[in-house]
Amino acid sequence: MSSAPAKITVGFIPLLDCACIVAALEQGFARAEGLELALVRETSWANIRDRLIVGHFDAAHLLGPMAVASTLGIGHLQVPLIAPFALGLGGNAITVSNALWQEMRNEGATLGGPPQMQGSALARVIRARLRSMSRDGRGDESPLTFGMVYPFSCHNYELRYWLAAVGIDPDRDVRLVVIPPPFLVDAMRAGQIDGFCVGEPWNSVAVAAGVGTIVTPTTAIWPHSPEKVLGCRASWAQENAPKLDALLRALYRAAVWCDDPANHADLAHMLAASRYIDAPAELLHAALANALPLARDAAPAMLPDFFVSSRHAATFPWVSHAMWFHAQMIRWGQIQPAPAHALAVRNTYRPDIYRRALAPLRVDVPAYDMKPERFFDDSVFDPAADYSL
Amino acid sequence: MGEPSLRILLVDQNAARAAILEEGLREAGLHDITIVRETQGLLRRIVDLDPDVIFIDLENPNRDVLEQMFQVSRSVRRPIAMFVDHADTETIRAAIESGVGAYVVDGLRKDLVKTILDTAVGHFNTFNRMRDELERVHRQLEDRKLIERAKGILMKERALSESDAYAVLRKAAMNENRRIADIARSIVATMGLPK
Repeated sequence: MSSAPAKITVGFIPLLDCACIVAALEQGFARAEGLELALVRETSWANIRDRLIVGHFDAAHLLGPMAVASTLGIGHLQVPLIAPFALGLGGNAITVSNALWQEMRNEGATLGGPPQMQGSALARVIRARLRSMSRDGRGDESPLTFGMVYPFSCHNYELRYWLAAVGIDPDRDVRLVVIPPPFLVDAMRAGQIDGFCVGEPWNSVAVAAGVGTIVTPTTAIWPHSPEKVLGCRASWAQENAPKLDALLRALYRAAVWCDDPANHADLAHMLAASRYIDAPAELLHAALANALPLARDAAPAMLPDFFVSSRHAATFPWVSHAMWFHAQMIRWGQIQPAPAHALAVRNTYRPDIYRRALAPLRVDVPAYDMKPERFFDDSVFDPAADYSL
Repeated sequence: MGEPSLRILLVDQNAARAAILEEGLREAGLHDITIVRETQGLLRRIVDLDPDVIFIDLENPNRDVLEQMFQVSRSVRRPIAMFVDHADTETIRAAIESGVGAYVVDGLRKDLVKTILDTAVGHFNTFNRMRDELERVHRQLEDRKLIERAKGILMKERALSESDAYAVLRKAAMNENRRIADIARSIVATMGLPK
């Protein structure tokens, strides 16, 4: 390796799961791999994608489904992106306004209840509203509105999965709108939205502000569910294999460091800085410790594996995740099924690069590229059986 | 121009920048321009105005909101909007570097799109240069004030003349390979009392 550090520019969005990118720089894991990491904070996922595509960023904190969407050219340019590393598991929750929570409680929801119970209560609220609207001839009244962060996001698909599983049609019975995370709490306070699905710290910000109540973490809907990935152009990965491998090793070590509860206070403090997430350290610490107050003045609830940095193979890019995202894109009409897409989708997630990069570390790495994904409604997404186009 | 007038929608929270961009587009013969600063109710505005081109500043997180609107509009078979032209990454790069995002409604002639975007990018660059220049002048002024205060402190504490105090600052800056203003800032921070 040459003595001068190799420079890598990485874009990120101020959200909890940028943690191991920040820790790779701040704790010196990148430098130990001979990398000079330049981190650039961005304001929108569209900007992240575009700056990745034109080469302003070598790699970026990216929504997993966005890598798949860009590879397939849905909604934008077709530029093959790859995801050779996952930036942890979980970290999302569904929060509703206090007014809607009151209605849901009247229909049987309880604080910290399982997603089936919460969802059934929401379904009863929605049916009652629709009945009274048609009875009173108020057909033009807008339905309940939920915010999420991007059309190609786990938040969109998890929210839709939950709604559909309890009998709510996400396209007819409610309205789903995209609102950037920093605006969600204000939109809820102003009554523009009745609920949202977003990553931390924004659920906790809504609770702390006395604006919303957390209905369920999405890890209760899909245990060990994926979230962000490290994304880069497929061509860049090919031309810069040693640099990419070094970056993955640095991120892996950072992820292990982030997972250790002994480091959570330092990590929360580090992420709270204005150049990173710019949110109160105590809210970030609570999410890292998987102990969130679900309502204002409620004691923190323990949410096992709510946000996982490295254990449970949390950094492994499971190809079954990419396949599930693609299946959701088809399910919700974002793309037509096409047999040619199957291979492109599989090749977006790159466990082969992950294994190659981590080989010198001699750590345990999953031997399979896919696994069955299990959901709260007892259904299983089996990529071998359920993914034929 | 013999062309039918193009409808342009500008989404920008920064009124000064929106004004500069608007002026440029008017000079280029485009007069049908609507500026919105809020994305609240934007979808309805887009449907009502039916613009050919939408501009949004890239510092605005609401860019993601626009993207979803185009996803939705596709499913109801309205014109598809996209970020300039598929193959033209150079144009996209120029647009991103200047800080302007353009969504062009499908069906608009490509050469027209290029002209409009070039105009927009040129004006965004002008605006950015003006802003940088303003920041530079502002910083220079701040630096000068700091150096004056640091000189004053040195003159008083060490009974130096003004030119000797400045020489001390300059020597320290050279030795530590820092800017004179940075040395002055440390002196003011450690020795100066707030006034």
